[in-house]
Amino acid sequence: MLVKEFLQMLRDPRMRVVIFGMPVIQLVVMAFALTTDVTNIRTAVLDMDKTPFSRELVSDFMAGGYFEITRTLVSEREIPDLLDHADVRAVIHIPPGFENTIEGGSKAQVQVLTDGTDSNTTAIVQGYAGRIIQAYSNRKLSEQIERKGMKSFPLLVDTVERAWFNENQESRYYFVPSLIAVMLFIFSLLLTSIGIVKEKEIGTIEQVMVTPIRKIEFILGKTIPYMITGYITMTIMLCVAFIVFGIHVKGNLILFYALSGLYLFGNMGIALIISASAATQQQAMLTSFLILMPCVMLSGFMFPIRNMPELVQYATWLNPMRWYLEILRGIVMKGVGITVLWPAIAAQAALAVAFISLAWARFSKTLA
Amino acid sequence: MKFQRLFAVVKKEFIHVSRDWRSLYLSLAIPVILIMLFGYALTLDLRKVPTVVWDQSQSLQSRELLNLFSGSPYFSIIGFHDNYRELQLALERGTAIVAIVIPSDFARKINAQKNVSIQVIGDGSDANTSRLAMGYASTVGMIYSASVTAKKMQLAGKTALAQPVEMVTRSWYNPDLRSQNVIIPGIIAIVMVVIAAMLTSVTIAREWETGTMEQLISTPLKGPELISGKVIPYFIIGMIDVAIAVAMGKWLFNVPIVGNAGLLFALAAIFLTGALFWGMTLSIILKSQVLANQIAIVSGYLPTLILSGFVFAIENMPLPIQCITYIVPARYFIAILRGIYLKGIGLEILWLDALLLSIYAGIMIVLANRKFKFKLE
Repeated sequence: MLVKEFLQMLRDPRMRVVIFGMPVIQLVVMAFALTTDVTNIRTAVLDMDKTPFSRELVSDFMAGGYFEITRTLVSEREIPDLLDHADVRAVIHIPPGFENTIEGGSKAQVQVLTDGTDSNTTAIVQGYAGRIIQAYSNRKLSEQIERKGMKSFPLLVDTVERAWFNENQESRYYFVPSLIAVMLFIFSLLLTSIGIVKEKEIGTIEQVMVTPIRKIEFILGKTIPYMITGYITMTIMLCVAFIVFGIHVKGNLILFYALSGLYLFGNMGIALIISASAATQQQAMLTSFLILMPCVMLSGFMFPIRNMPELVQYATWLNPMRWYLEILRGIVMKGVGITVLWPAIAAQAALAVAFISLAWARFSKTLA
Repeated sequence: MKFQRLFAVVKKEFIHVSRDWRSLYLSLAIPVILIMLFGYALTLDLRKVPTVVWDQSQSLQSRELLNLFSGSPYFSIIGFHDNYRELQLALERGTAIVAIVIPSDFARKINAQKNVSIQVIGDGSDANTSRLAMGYASTVGMIYSASVTAKKMQLAGKTALAQPVEMVTRSWYNPDLRSQNVIIPGIIAIVMVVIAAMLTSVTIAREWETGTMEQLISTPLKGPELISGKVIPYFIIGMIDVAIAVAMGKWLFNVPIVGNAGLLFALAAIFLTGALFWGMTLSIILKSQVLANQIAIVSGYLPTLILSGFVFAIENMPLPIQCITYIVPARYFIAILRGIYLKGIGLEILWLDALLLSIYAGIMIVLANRKFKFKLE
């Protein structure tokens, strides 16, 4: 049975490319694309004050390294058009009388305009701008103090930033392990459920049924090839991650493989349940997708779980990918082990057992 | 092309679709679920970053500083510890992403007007969040030092504002910076690509695999008639999905269309056509349902999700990847969607995107027809 499955799966050379090649290509492309780093923010400056103070502020922005001043405006009327066309992402508007206001001891304002159609980047832009303006403000405060004849206080509170686990803090590193988990999930679920249903649809399943094969042999025979393929694909992806991105598994590799097996095993259970209820490949595909999509989205892969409404956060306990992601990130990136990860491992095991039991119950050897 | 034969194919496909009620139900349910997910649960906003603190100073000053942190919407102090090991454990477990350590001589140094450093440790494995958090932490530090300075000035009888310069932010099109306003318009693109990928990618392949293609070949049906006939029912389902998405966006999430709704639907129709014919092309070339579906997801759903500007801004991507995004049709469609939905602009600015989408649709139609060999092998 195993032999037959393997032969069927790999007979089509295009299938071989899809199973082994696709995940790798996607991994590389997506990993490069999935960056939330924000740099080179195209900015326009509308300096209506044109004094040494305002010019100082503008050069602070330029020196920061995040903002790239591409346009200098002369009037407010130019702004809507600029943002409509998305020529710049931010506009810094310094009102007239800026310097005078500060010298006079009152609070001056600087307006930072963004277009808002990408709320995440906008928030980040505001964060950077806020930091620059705050530093400028503190400097002006020091200058005022000095002018009043007192000693200027140095910057009192200085933050020393250190990043644990990922010394150079590139977000590429962050997404690669997650991508591996995603690919594994998509491929194992889709391929397996469709593979099983294909026989139902084409009609060859009846031929299998008349053989003396037992239920457990049938199930194992169908799922083990996909598990093995899953392992191979994962290994390939890890190698690619190492070669292209320099990511190595910080923690225990054996533990990682064992837990991945648990993950794949649970996924096989899900796939079996899907294929038991679907009559055509298309149905299997759509159902797999229906399950796959929320699981991927709600796994903490792209969107943090803590941002989700509480009810949804609890719902993610049922999501095998959520736990696997935690385990994967823990072992690969932080190098931690069972002592830290045991809650996730327990949850993963419980889910796997549940899925397989459900699958066993639903999967009858006779045609449903 | 004879409309009679075309109509016969359309009818046949409709019967198939309605008989397979499970698929139909799924193709209407998937958009709804997607929208609910993205509308309610998925946001990249940096808020309430869980933070753990080791306050070695335990003084009035350190508590003042910590108040600033807990008052900020960006930080959420979840625990106080008194050793590095526990801080590390929190970061390892992922219960916290930032750890703050305030040194024991904090108060003394502040009072002596000396420079003092606090340690802000971020979980580098979540580089994006920790970098942002550390940036905010730095700003909080600056705010605190300014306030201490200003207080000293007041005590010395000289007045000075703690904040001579203040930032005022304004978001032009999305005043409240709701991420729903950004996500909902983009969902329409995702929904369409998913439907096109899922449904059309299997139709032709299924006929080959189950053997019914031979029967079709023996009829007087012509290639283009079969293809177009198969596309039409899915086109209708797709446009219904768009309508559902727009309605849910408006009634459930309060994201109405600021611009011309008719233009939106028209351009959506063009994009949908392109997506459907591309799914069809895959089905024709690959003749295997499994393969067609896999490739459809890989070349459709994932690029649309990740490379179109839907969630990750294209500008932030490395240059070679940005070049790749030029051939992702969803990229232009997302620009159109956001433009019409949020900015209320029309063809006078979006004409290039609309043109490119039309070209894409045209290429796909031609490709599907040319690749289709309506003959026995």
